[in-house]
Amino acid sequence: MKATVNGDELDLPDGATVGDVLRAIKAPETGIAVAHGDAVVPRAAWETTPVHDGDGIEVLTAVQGG
Amino acid sequence: MTDIDPLVIAGREFGSRLIMGTGGAANLEVLQRALVAAETELTTVAMRRMDATGGTGVLDLLRRLKIEALPNTAGCHTAAEAVLTARLAREALGTDWVKLEVIADDQTLLPDPIELLDAAERLVDDGFTVLPYTNDDPVLAQRLEQAGAAAVMPLGSPIGTGLGIRNPHNIELIVARAAVPVILDAGIGTASEAALAMELGCSAVLLATAVTRAADPERMALAMRDGVRAGRNARLAGRIPQRFWAKASSPPRAGAATVENGGN
Repeated sequence: MKATVNGDELDLPDGATVGDVLRAIKAPETGIAVAHGDAVVPRAAWETTPVHDGDGIEVLTAVQGG
Repeated sequence: MTDIDPLVIAGREFGSRLIMGTGGAANLEVLQRALVAAETELTTVAMRRMDATGGTGVLDLLRRLKIEALPNTAGCHTAAEAVLTARLAREALGTDWVKLEVIADDQTLLPDPIELLDAAERLVDDGFTVLPYTNDDPVLAQRLEQAGAAAVMPLGSPIGTGLGIRNPHNIELIVARAAVPVILDAGIGTASEAALAMELGCSAVLLATAVTRAADPERMALAMRDGVRAGRNARLAGRIPQRFWAKASSPPRAGAATVENGGN
């Protein structure tokens, strides 16, 4: 299946979770947050939140700005 | 006179009344020198997509300098976007403080007052400590305070313009009625304008571009630090009333009976 992560398509095995997405894109373990559609996925739920074909996932961090 | 004059926001004390932004710095090394020179204790960061390098450089820098990171919702145009961004920032940074920005358009970067108030109400309900970036509108400032904002942060002029404080009287009106700290946010170009903000009664100044895009950011950060301190002291000291005619500051000269109102 394919999910769109930060605007890029990502191939994932069936049954993948948000945690699998973060490992696939080599996200750091701290200082990031995940949005699944319009909802925040809390850190404690990363490993149990399933990703479905066609889902949009945003991985954000703090950057210089404002 | 006392040197202990902390800035208090939502019950938390800060020794510095200069809040910095991080936008516009050429690189993290320049930013670090500016932040150290500014002696700031609270500094804003934006939330964006993680890039391919996966770096959290600005957060690491702030942590090393023991500066509190204040996430903002820069770039959000609606209350819904701002609320989601604030929630993501809370998750990423572990803070429920947020500098709330809801921008009407990208040409003026002026706050959208309708969306701003809506977002402030929703975030306060959700347990956030909300510091809204607002227009220099005394009525809107009051509405934000009534909604539970922990501070109000009126602009001096639009973001990044360096036009200074275009309506000082409005800032004074906001200060006169606010029970929460008033933080002058945006438009500052140089140190005298930071001092003016404090003389008008603001509790703090938030600025970024004036320092990060100055020819010498570190030196401008020093100037801003000193400008904020000078303005704060001037405000607390109480300026003399302005008068039309001169008033001698020296006693009249003895024996110079023919010279009246002489000397200075």
